[in-house]
Amino acid sequence: MTTRVVIAGYGMAGARLAEEIRRRDPAGERVAIVAIGDEPHPPYNRVLLSNVLAGAMSPASVRLQDEGWAAAHGVEVHRGREVVSIDREGRGVTLDDGTRIGYDVLVLATGARAWVPPVEGLTGDDGGLAPGVATFRTLDDCAAITAGTRGGVRVAVLGGGLLGLEAARGLAERGNAVTVVHPRRHLMERQLDDGAGEVLAQVLRGLGVRVLVNSRAARYLPGDGLKLDDGRLVEADLVVVAAGVRPQTAQASAAGLAVDGGVLVDDDLRTNDPLIHAIGDCARHPGTVPGLVQPAWEQAAALAALLTGTRSPYRGTKVVTRLKASGVDLASLGDVHAGPDDPRAEVLWLSEPARGRYAKLVVRDERVAGAIALGVPDAAATITQFYDRGLPVPPDRLALLLGRAMPYGEGGAPGGTDAAALPGTSVVCRCNAVSKNTLVAAWRSGARDLTALASATRATTGCGTCTDTVCGIARWLARADKEDAAGVAHAQ
Amino acid sequence: MRAATSTRLADADVGAVDTHCPYCALQCGMTLSPAGRASVRVRPRDPSAGGLCQKGWTSAALLGSPARLTTPLVRDGGTLRPASWDEALGLVARRIKEISAERGPDAVAVFGGGGLTNEKAYLLGKFARVALGTSQVDYNGRFCMSSAAAAAHRAFGLDRGLPFPLADLEGADAVLLAGANPAETMPPFLSHLRRAMDAGGLIVVDPRRTPTAERAALHLAPAPGTDLALALGILHAAVAGGRLDHAYVAERTTGFEETWRVAAAWWPERVERVTGVAAADQRRAAAMLSEAASAYVLTARGVEQHATGVDTAGAWINLALALGLPGRRGSGWGCLTGQGNGQGGREHGQKADQLPGYRKIDDPAARAHVARVWGIEPSALPGPGRSAFELLDALGTGGGPSALLVFGSNPAVSAPHSARVADRLAALDLLVVSDIVLSETARMADVVLPITQWAEEDGTLTNLEGRVLLRRRALAPPPGVRTDLEVLHDLAVLLGQPPERFPADPETVFTELRAASEGGPADYSGVTWDRLRAGERLHWPVPRRPEHGQPERDKPGHDKPEHDKPGHPGTPRLFLDRFAHPDGRARFAAVDHKGPAEPPDEEFPLYAITGRVLQHYQSGAQTRRVEELRAAVPEAYVEVHPDTARRAGLSDGAAAAVVGRRGRVVVPVRCVPSMRPDVVFLPFHFPGAQRANLVTNPALDPVSRMPEFKVCAVRLTPAGEREAQ
Repeated sequence: MTTRVVIAGYGMAGARLAEEIRRRDPAGERVAIVAIGDEPHPPYNRVLLSNVLAGAMSPASVRLQDEGWAAAHGVEVHRGREVVSIDREGRGVTLDDGTRIGYDVLVLATGARAWVPPVEGLTGDDGGLAPGVATFRTLDDCAAITAGTRGGVRVAVLGGGLLGLEAARGLAERGNAVTVVHPRRHLMERQLDDGAGEVLAQVLRGLGVRVLVNSRAARYLPGDGLKLDDGRLVEADLVVVAAGVRPQTAQASAAGLAVDGGVLVDDDLRTNDPLIHAIGDCARHPGTVPGLVQPAWEQAAALAALLTGTRSPYRGTKVVTRLKASGVDLASLGDVHAGPDDPRAEVLWLSEPARGRYAKLVVRDERVAGAIALGVPDAAATITQFYDRGLPVPPDRLALLLGRAMPYGEGGAPGGTDAAALPGTSVVCRCNAVSKNTLVAAWRSGARDLTALASATRATTGCGTCTDTVCGIARWLARADKEDAAGVAHAQ
Repeated sequence: MRAATSTRLADADVGAVDTHCPYCALQCGMTLSPAGRASVRVRPRDPSAGGLCQKGWTSAALLGSPARLTTPLVRDGGTLRPASWDEALGLVARRIKEISAERGPDAVAVFGGGGLTNEKAYLLGKFARVALGTSQVDYNGRFCMSSAAAAAHRAFGLDRGLPFPLADLEGADAVLLAGANPAETMPPFLSHLRRAMDAGGLIVVDPRRTPTAERAALHLAPAPGTDLALALGILHAAVAGGRLDHAYVAERTTGFEETWRVAAAWWPERVERVTGVAAADQRRAAAMLSEAASAYVLTARGVEQHATGVDTAGAWINLALALGLPGRRGSGWGCLTGQGNGQGGREHGQKADQLPGYRKIDDPAARAHVARVWGIEPSALPGPGRSAFELLDALGTGGGPSALLVFGSNPAVSAPHSARVADRLAALDLLVVSDIVLSETARMADVVLPITQWAEEDGTLTNLEGRVLLRRRALAPPPGVRTDLEVLHDLAVLLGQPPERFPADPETVFTELRAASEGGPADYSGVTWDRLRAGERLHWPVPRRPEHGQPERDKPGHDKPEHDKPGHPGTPRLFLDRFAHPDGRARFAAVDHKGPAEPPDEEFPLYAITGRVLQHYQSGAQTRRVEELRAAVPEAYVEVHPDTARRAGLSDGAAAAVVGRRGRVVVPVRCVPSMRPDVVFLPFHFPGAQRANLVTNPALDPVSRMPEFKVCAVRLTPAGEREAQ
């Protein structure tokens, strides 16, 4: 008996679900899949759109599946179609062309849509975007932005969150004059504290992006730009709206499913209708925040397991936000807003605006509770590992903050080290386990040049890369002997 | 046959003899000057091409060691007692006949080694298939090279560790070493990387800050078992950074699109989260390789000894292909072979699925060719047998072999889940071990056969660059000791084979090997011992007729001495014109990250990884008996981050139990601040309760059947007093 699973939405979550099901049920013996996607393209990787915007990748290269994947894997895809209504009682959905598709199980993976703030002039009378205005969510948006910025123009990016900044950086890289207009006190206020937001703004300015915070757009004037509520004008030939997204839940609401900032789901990604699940940006699970791909993919895997007969509950995702913009290395995770007055947390931070670096660590119960790592890539990587794995943090918190929680030990290659300062027990020739002490002893026994030292100790006779160090030790000993002979006391 | 051998042997005793080190695949040249058994002088033959490490310098110590076996041993009432060769071999032959008659030829199995010469490996495979008629033959190289070999076959259509001469690396500006620690495993190798190291172009991928990683300009330390994700991340960074070699990919490869679909989902920030390697460092690695005028990607056991070893090696090959490195002079991908004859040992028939010349045992044409050379019917050749761990795992079980002959291997220490393997060995009706010392496996044997060691025998080995080398006898073996070839000859005759079918003279065996390999992928038919004696540097394939297989753009050049040579010049560089697949193109492999077979959990929260130390080789059966090496590293230990040790209630030097699902290893703690706090490291050269393989996971790669030696889940606790004994 096959279960007929209808996936409403064939973006990053929906396509992943189809792949995860087919990984577990390659021949379609247990699950038949029908997917409905509203975009005309094969599914693509939204995470990489800023690369497309920056010109580093072609639209074709961000596809998630090859043209023939669905057919080869027995997945029936209705492309360029949308589910307009759900008939829970009759277990069927109706598409915008009137087609009705019955289901055993329905999965909502309808994602989110770009939200356009109520700024006068951004939308036309028909509710569509005005000429010279684009959102940044889809491949078509990318094409519109690219078309509108050919040859280098003035761009205003409305919104200084993750997406807005990635768009701004990509467009600046392509030679456009970019201004970010952000209504809050600092950039990425959900993921950054004040200090980090300020350093980030400074880094972006250094990369040629103009940043206006505490600035609200009041009106869009085609041809001129954005008029701000304080009267300033941001000149722009193109306005890119990146002011956030709203989950697509209209059909779910209309069908009577519980919705609160997303379709509410439990650990089986189940809505209040046991035959309907939701994953990705349209879903709301208490263990994660929407808008990022990792939770969507983990949900897809968990649901695929359930639908193919192995329950694997989804318990939420620890979210780590990474800004993907060339020249900026930023990670933010967990509770970043705790301050030094928090009685239950150890909070430490370091700010170095002159070099674009800001690092903050929040420790609770010996675990990483939150962190910001800007311009310190090693720290970002290391802290994330501690956070994800729930590992107890090292006693030396500062080392972790600086990305040196796994400090490199001594005993590195002694090449270039001052021969006098080298400890006697340190191994000079690793191939033959020859220490400085052994070399000194050989010297004292009459081995006074490289050849003699090599034949007495075998130092340098392996890979030979310690030759310089051995020569240095020989020179140091020769000098010491000369000084001794001259009656000059030499310093240790 | 033996009389003739002994005569030549006496000649060889005079003066210095040029041969090669007995240990790793680098096979450093050495000159031996014997002045009696107890005093053999060792000198590096060509210091400019790398000298010798401590193992090489002290290798002669074992020649006169009191640990040396010089008489056969036979188990008698629970203990091993000396016996004559006639008694020992007679017993072995009789028991083999009985077991084979009772349970069929597959009840008798053979286990070989990657340290055996080409001649021994060849004759051992022939002995198994012809004299025993068994399909049950495999070798410890399965634990060593099989993943890289399978990945190279899939990508290039042919597997030769380095498809270019080792010396080519001297011109490299950038070298990425993935899962390789040559500063300890083959120290003189580093001399070839000087230019890359000086240019700040050495990239080392290793969860541990090894002596090799200390030399690197960029050390990437991924969480154990995540190397494949890291390779995908660097590939992604290369493509996103506009570094893809479009022309090369279009002209010389297939399958990039499908591979990119996978790699596209592994952007560096996502990879960072899985591996712990900073996205910025992934981009830097891509830039270093792509911007270098001469760049190489080299892999070794660290990425290969996994249940996903073939795919992981394939992921690094993908990176090399995307950057246009393989099949071009001055760049490439290669794998660093481990054992002395790891390369030759996998080409000549001691592998369960192969026949000489790197032929496939299930290929009818290959069977017909080899059967003709051996003078038997193709139908008389057995088919493929069990792979190494599967073979060991089946011993003494209802369906598995009940007799085992071991040559050049010590599986009681070197196989994964070694407590299980020891149980299986103990369950055999007959265990025969041929060795130079009483190894841990030999201790369990019913019959132990004392054999010659490297300085006492002639033979050929094929080093890590696919070059055939001559090992030469420098002194006579002690009285009472025979060569492996003589043992095989004697046993074959006792089992009813015609004597001439199993020659004991190595050069005669090699002549037969040439014929058996002719026309195969690893074609040795144009190699003669005379050419090797004359100093020719012959990389296979070397067809017998020079007009065959001569690569157009790699005519004899500086690689050869100047004297006149009529034969095929060999093939120092493979793939310059085409790869070995029928369409001439290399194949990308659309491989995805899965992670380790046994990830850490609450009960076993740490990763255990295993590896080598400079002073020891393999199971340590040889090097633990060399006083200077034993004194330097007398026992195993566990490397732990100081914080991890402290949390486990341990301090430096304390006795720790490393506990996993399959067993526990009891070793002293060594606190190493550069360790990842979630990782412990165990060297694998030690016996008894210190066997690293008591905890390792025998999860097998689906293609290569390589066990997952490199990562398993453990916890760390103080050892009880009983355990510390």
